[in-house]
Amino acid sequence: MSSIISVANLSKTYGSGFKALKNVNLDIKRGEIFALLGPNGAGKTTLISIICGIANPSEGRVLVGGEDIQTSYRKARSLIGLVPQELHTDAFESVWATVSFSRGLFGKPKNPGHIEKVLKDLSLWDKKDNKIITLSGGMKRRVMIAKALSHEPQILFLDEPTAGVDVELRKGMWEVVRGLQQSGVTIILTTHYIEEAEEMADRIGVINKGEIVLVEDKTTLMQKLGKKRLTLHLQGKIASLPESLAHYELELCDSGATLVYDYDTKGERTGITSLLGDLRTAGIRFNDLDTTQSSLEDIFVDLVRTS
Amino acid sequence: MNHRAIRAIYLFEMARTWRTLLQSIVSPVVSTSLYFVVFGAAIGSRISQVEGVSYGTFIVPGLIMLSVLTQSIANASFGIYFPKFTGTIYEILSAPISYFEIVLGYVGAAATKSIILGLIILATAGLFVPLHIHHPVWMLAFLVLTAVTFSLFGFIIGIWADGFEKLQMIPMLVVTPLTFLGGSFYSIDMLPPAWRTVALLNPVVYLISGFRWSFYEIADVSIAVSIGMTLAFLVICLVVIWWIFRTGYRLKN
Repeated sequence: MSSIISVANLSKTYGSGFKALKNVNLDIKRGEIFALLGPNGAGKTTLISIICGIANPSEGRVLVGGEDIQTSYRKARSLIGLVPQELHTDAFESVWATVSFSRGLFGKPKNPGHIEKVLKDLSLWDKKDNKIITLSGGMKRRVMIAKALSHEPQILFLDEPTAGVDVELRKGMWEVVRGLQQSGVTIILTTHYIEEAEEMADRIGVINKGEIVLVEDKTTLMQKLGKKRLTLHLQGKIASLPESLAHYELELCDSGATLVYDYDTKGERTGITSLLGDLRTAGIRFNDLDTTQSSLEDIFVDLVRTS
Repeated sequence: MNHRAIRAIYLFEMARTWRTLLQSIVSPVVSTSLYFVVFGAAIGSRISQVEGVSYGTFIVPGLIMLSVLTQSIANASFGIYFPKFTGTIYEILSAPISYFEIVLGYVGAAATKSIILGLIILATAGLFVPLHIHHPVWMLAFLVLTAVTFSLFGFIIGIWADGFEKLQMIPMLVVTPLTFLGGSFYSIDMLPPAWRTVALLNPVVYLISGFRWSFYEIADVSIAVSIGMTLAFLVICLVVIWWIFRTGYRLKN
C-alpha cells in the first residue's frame, strides 16, 4: 500500500522551550486504520495539529497525498477531515447549518444529498434542525464527525474519538469508523483506550515524550511482544515451591492453589514441556490449566516504561 | 481563491446578525434615537446653529460615525474572538483557506453589518431632522472606508484579546472617548485654540470631519487630509493583520 501521509524529521519546540516532537518519522498507508497510542503529553495532538495546519512545525516536512502541507496547503488540507479531542461546536447553530458550513469552508459546492447521507449514517438525521446546544455529549461528538466528513475527505483524524462516550455509543462509533474504512477513507485515531486500538487498528504507533517508539502491524506486534501466561490449578494447596523449580520464576497464587508461569512466545523454547516434567518429578499435580495472551495494554505499558 | 469558504464565513457571520437582531441592529438604533432626543432636542434648543447648520442636523454624521466605529469594532472583534473562545477556530485553521480569505469573510461581514446600521441610523435621523447630502457618493465612500478600516481594527482586537475583558477594553476605554472627543457633537473650531491642537491628534476627528463634509460641505480639516488619515489607518491595520498571520500570533502555536 502507498503512503497517504508521510512525516519526515518532524520536530516541534514550543515558545517555552518544551520539545513536543523530536525528529518524528511516520508513514500512514492509504486505506488503513492507524492507531496512535501514547500517554498524556506524549505529542499525539501536536502531531495531528501540525499535519492538519493548526500548529506550525519547527523542523521537518509533511506530505499529505503527495502535497506539502506548507507550500501546497490547499490541496493537502482539502484531503483531511479532523475531529479534535475537545467538543468544539457552535452552540446556537443547527446541526444542518454547522455541517453545511464545514463543507463550504472546504470549498466544496453545496450537496444536500451528501450531508443527508452523512447525518443518516451517524444517526443524526432526526436532529438536523436541532440547535447543537440541545444535544447530548455523544451526539455532539457525532456532529463533529459529520462536520469532518462533510467535504468527503480521504483522510480522517479522530483525536480521542470516544473519550467520555459510554460503552454502547463507543461500539456504535467503531462501526461508523469501520464503515468509513470500507468506503476507502484512511483513518488515524489517537486513543487512551487500548481496547479501542486492539479492536480497530490495522497498525499501531506508540509515541512517548515526543518520539515514535514503535510502529507495527497490530497482529505482528501482539505476536512479537505478546507474552503468554500459563495458569495451573493445583490438586492440593502447597505452602512453598521446591528448590528444583526455582529457575522457572513461578508465582504461587490463591494461597498456594494456583501456579502462574509467564513465557515468551518469541522464544524458541517456552519452557513449558520441561516445567510440566519437573512438576511431575516434584510430585505437584494439577487438575486444570489455562493460557492467556497479554493484552496490548500490557505491551503498551511495557514500551512506555522502557522508552 | 476559495470563494465558497469566504461565502461560508460571510453568511455564517451574517446569520449571527439576524439571529441576534435585537442586539445587532435594534439596540444601536434605539440608543442613537436617544442621542437625538438628548443632544438634538434638549441641547440643540439652546444652540441655534453650527457653521450655518442647525445643531440637530449638524450632529447626524457624528452620530452615524459613532455607531459605525463602535459596531465595526464590536462585530469584527467578537466574530473572530468567539471561535477562539469556543475552540471552533480549529476548523478555520485546518481548512484550505488563505489568511486573506479568512479576513475577507470576517471583516466583510462585520463591515456589511456596520454599513447597514449606518444607513438605518441615517434613515432614523431623517425622521428627526431635515437632511440634505451634498456628496452622496463621497458619503458612501467614507462610510464603507470607515466600516472596513475599523472592522480590520476590530479583527486585530479579537485576535489579541484572550478574555472578554480585553475584548471590551479598547472599544470602551479608547474608541468611545476618542469618538466623543472627536467632534461628533461639536465642531473643533468651538474649542479653545490649545484644545483644538490636542483634538487634531485624535484620528477620529479626521473621519468625522470628512464624513460631515460629504453631508454639508463643512469640515474641521481638509477633505484630502481626512481621506489620507483614514487610508493611513487602513494600511496600518492591514500591516498588523499581515504580521499576525505570518507569525501565527495568538492563533497558532
